[in-house]
Amino acid sequence: MQRVLDSRIWPLAALAVIVVIAPLFFSSLYDYRIGALVFIFALAVVGLNLLMGFAGQVSLGHAGFLGIGAYAVAIGPTYFALPAWFSLLVGAVLSGIVAFLVGRPILKLKGHYLAVATLGFGVLVAIVLTNEADWTGGPDGMNVAHLMLFGWKVHGSDTWYWLAGATFIVGFVLAANLVDSPSGRALQAIHDSETAARMLGIDVARKKLTIFIVSAIYASVAGSYLALFDGHITPDVAGFLRSIELVAMVVLGGMGSVFGALVGAAVLVVLPQALTVFHDYEQATLGLIIMVFMIFLRRGIVPSLSAAFSGWRR
Amino acid sequence: MAELLQFIFSGLTVGAVYALVGLGFTLIYNASDIINFAQGEFVMLGGMITVFLVAAGVPLPLAALIAVGLTTAVGLALHRLAIEPARGSSPVTLIMITIGASIFLRGIAQIIFDRRFHSLPSLFGSEPIHFGGATMLPQSLVVLAVAAIIVVLLWLFMERTLLGKAVTATAANRLAARLIGINTRRIVDFSFAISAAIGAVAGIVVTPITLTSYDVGTLLALKGFAAAMLGGIGSAPGAVVGGVLLGLIEALTAGYISSNYKDAVSFLIILIVLVAMPQGLFGRARIERV
Repeated sequence: MQRVLDSRIWPLAALAVIVVIAPLFFSSLYDYRIGALVFIFALAVVGLNLLMGFAGQVSLGHAGFLGIGAYAVAIGPTYFALPAWFSLLVGAVLSGIVAFLVGRPILKLKGHYLAVATLGFGVLVAIVLTNEADWTGGPDGMNVAHLMLFGWKVHGSDTWYWLAGATFIVGFVLAANLVDSPSGRALQAIHDSETAARMLGIDVARKKLTIFIVSAIYASVAGSYLALFDGHITPDVAGFLRSIELVAMVVLGGMGSVFGALVGAAVLVVLPQALTVFHDYEQATLGLIIMVFMIFLRRGIVPSLSAAFSGWRR
Repeated sequence: MAELLQFIFSGLTVGAVYALVGLGFTLIYNASDIINFAQGEFVMLGGMITVFLVAAGVPLPLAALIAVGLTTAVGLALHRLAIEPARGSSPVTLIMITIGASIFLRGIAQIIFDRRFHSLPSLFGSEPIHFGGATMLPQSLVVLAVAAIIVVLLWLFMERTLLGKAVTATAANRLAARLIGINTRRIVDFSFAISAAIGAVAGIVVTPITLTSYDVGTLLALKGFAAAMLGGIGSAPGAVVGGVLLGLIEALTAGYISSNYKDAVSFLIILIVLVAMPQGLFGRARIERV
């Protein structure tokens, strides 16, 4: 019991400290903005990491769910006069349903086939968002109204920093609990060997589908936050590059490491921002970063570091 | 009828390019199990390098030759500098490396070249050929002919030369190939080089029709990948048939349904094919060994 308490409380406490301490180093609202973006992406990455790191299923189309969440909070208030928070929930439910419908057939696929199927799904969402201009404003995107909570208008980078940080911690706790449950262990068994897991009586298809839906909901909520925070969205939010960025964050941070989500998101949000001084070189540097990290820290930053650390301690 | 013929012509032209990209995927995949997402960038490099050399006053044939050579060098470098050092990593890591390479090459291209669209002069002028009420650009015939020549040459190479057989052996069973003395690392080198060269050629011949810019690679890579999947990944004839089919489907969709959704339909069809017959049209079913 004590051990369980320890293993659950410490990461949580560490995260809370990070969220609270980080602003001490912020010198402007811009830094809060970056911080908020890190937490928002980390939220999506935690979900995707459940799918990739724990269940061992790749998705190259997760930005599709980011897009569904983002456009839900844009379209809901504009066309249906729904409150933004309710639209966020609608988006999450919608993403869950879409994940269920899409996931049922395609999660039977493995490896590269799964990669291309999820990729196809993501690209489809982006194409629909681009073409249904009557609803989405087409390639130019659309404006998103402010989030109102109990009559209080949520705006400003600092407010969003705290909201995103708190949401990330909640998402982290839920994910950590899931990993540590019988369901989570079943997922890891699937990761190791599907056949063996099936022999143990695990309903592999159902477990994979459940985790796909969960990860879709994480991405959807993150997408909604992104849209509400930015106040404007374009179909790029659901694009192939975004999906790649999400996967890169998972792999960079370390697959199967819940902490890795934050590190991966932080690296890939902060570095490009830091590099905007070399505006023309942004893409080239981003590509180079991804390559270099993948080659030299192939297990991801957090697992590589913790391996190095425990080796050094011994 | 003339309309249908018109759509088929344009579908075949685009399909030939998808087929070549898909073929490039297949070559690398067979030799190394790697899905190379930078395949589309080879096409872009072929086109862009030629465009800029021609603009600098280099005669077109020489420019094309240099472009193919440079792109081949990029392909080799990609393998040596990025893929080799990460040997033995998980498939996802390797996919991410090639995607990183693709973003990197695109980034470099927009620095060295520019962000505008470019064209090349057609080889045999731009006077359309009339046929059965439909028209076809002479360059489309060039694309089809070049694609056919590449496919035949590749087939001859695989069937008739020792090196080709070594490639086939490596694809069939890497360990066994190494045991009988094939330097499989060289074979993978070679596959990257050939894939890059094929991509570059495709980029050069198609530029007069579809134009090129630094970012044409992504969609081409996705479509080529889709073509390879449709045909059954690992099967070279599959990639060619898959590419042509995809091109035709796209052209017909654009013509009869909606040109906005032509990309969507090809991805939709890929999803359906994957779900209904995951091994593709020509692939073999795989059984997991426990």
